[in-house]
Amino acid sequence: MGEGPPSRYMEVCGTHTVAIARSGLKKLLPPTVSLISGPGCPVCVTDQQDIDTAIALAREKGVLLATFGDMVRVPGTNGSLAQAKAEGADVRILYSPFEVLRLTDENPGSEVVFLSVGFETTAPLIAAVVKEAARLEYRNLSFLILHKLLPPVMEALLGEPPALAGSGPSLPVTQGSPILDGFLMPGHVCAILGVEPFRFLGECYHLPGVVAGFDPDDILLALWMLQRQRCQGRAEMEIAYRRVVRAEGNRTAQRLLEEAFQPVEARWRGIGNIPCSGLALRQAYSAYDARGRFSLQVEPAPDTPGCACGEVLRGLLSPPECPLFGRACTPQSPVGPCMVSSEGSCAASYRYERIIP
Amino acid sequence: MCLAIPTKIVERDGSDALVEMNGVRQRIRMDLLPAARVGDYVLLHAGFAIALLNEEEAQETLDLLREVEVLSS
Ligand code: SF4
Repeated sequence: MGEGPPSRYMEVCGTHTVAIARSGLKKLLPPTVSLISGPGCPVCVTDQQDIDTAIALAREKGVLLATFGDMVRVPGTNGSLAQAKAEGADVRILYSPFEVLRLTDENPGSEVVFLSVGFETTAPLIAAVVKEAARLEYRNLSFLILHKLLPPVMEALLGEPPALAGSGPSLPVTQGSPILDGFLMPGHVCAILGVEPFRFLGECYHLPGVVAGFDPDDILLALWMLQRQRCQGRAEMEIAYRRVVRAEGNRTAQRLLEEAFQPVEARWRGIGNIPCSGLALRQAYSAYDARGRFSLQVEPAPDTPGCACGEVLRGLLSPPECPLFGRACTPQSPVGPCMVSSEGSCAASYRYERIIP
Repeated sequence: MCLAIPTKIVERDGSDALVEMNGVRQRIRMDLLPAARVGDYVLLHAGFAIALLNEEEAQETLDLLREVEVLSS
């Protein structure tokens, strides 16, 4: 691998970020190969205003808010869901979104809201739950959908393709794009989507991508395949995780996504609004949209002062380059979401890669 | 968030399946993988099977790893 050209590869999956940090892989790589974390942690990319909306919802009288564990400690403008819970709000943590149906059965007097984040790996699960809720005609259940899509954010991060510079529509990232030579592709997002939605990386940006599994072996193999593509002047989508990922993905899951959701503009923390990068429930399921059921007006919120999560998520800064890293901001008292979520690059870097003086 | 782990299907029942992992049994949803059968290995994510594990394809990865080893030795 060392003989290849100097290369900077981005991983766009938080599970990869953790696997890379935990295995100490970066120390084993030749100095010419560097790994940069991108916007791969769903909790971290959730906009502050959306977090504030969830907290406001949890504080509404009669509401039971259920969500995944990582969301609970993320600081909003005024406290977190954990704090709201300590002050009496009914906030529950679920392992599987399907459990929300049982929870709704057990709490007929509550308005149950499921706060849902995640990329294309998780969204089809929610689609299945919404479909089941509609089939069984649940009345006191709704969903606050904050799902995000990876292909549009990768495109936005890269900015205008070289061939189109100056001619295409302007993209939201004005603050600069990271310099990259390829992508370590998210294994489980690709298990759902397949590789087709990512072919634009090679076609428009001449960047190779290799779908990687999550063992250190899997990641090394993918990096080697990326270097091989670079040496051979290729920029294609390859799969180094064939025991799980098929080129066409999981068609049933894709149909579920298509049936329940439509793409909408979404706001990403530190990145801004990106067209068609989020999901909203389709008309047929609008009765289950928490935004329609509750009229919540939450002020737009500035990102946390001093926190460089935006730059970290765009791959422009590494976590230790944030002035607060390890000082004002630690996993015990996190300032930004990148330090809260176990998959955040700051948390992974603090836990596994920190050089203790 | 996208963490998923391999498990083996030991019972199949409508949109559910019973899977086993290190001797622990768990009921999971099969909405995303309706055709999977008893004996199949599936990848489990947040209570749902999301992908079928394919042993033949796993061999291909092993072959590639071997190629890497040969090249770098
Ligand atoms: S170290 Fe803390 S404050 Fe700095 S970018 Fe990371 S989460 Fe934000």
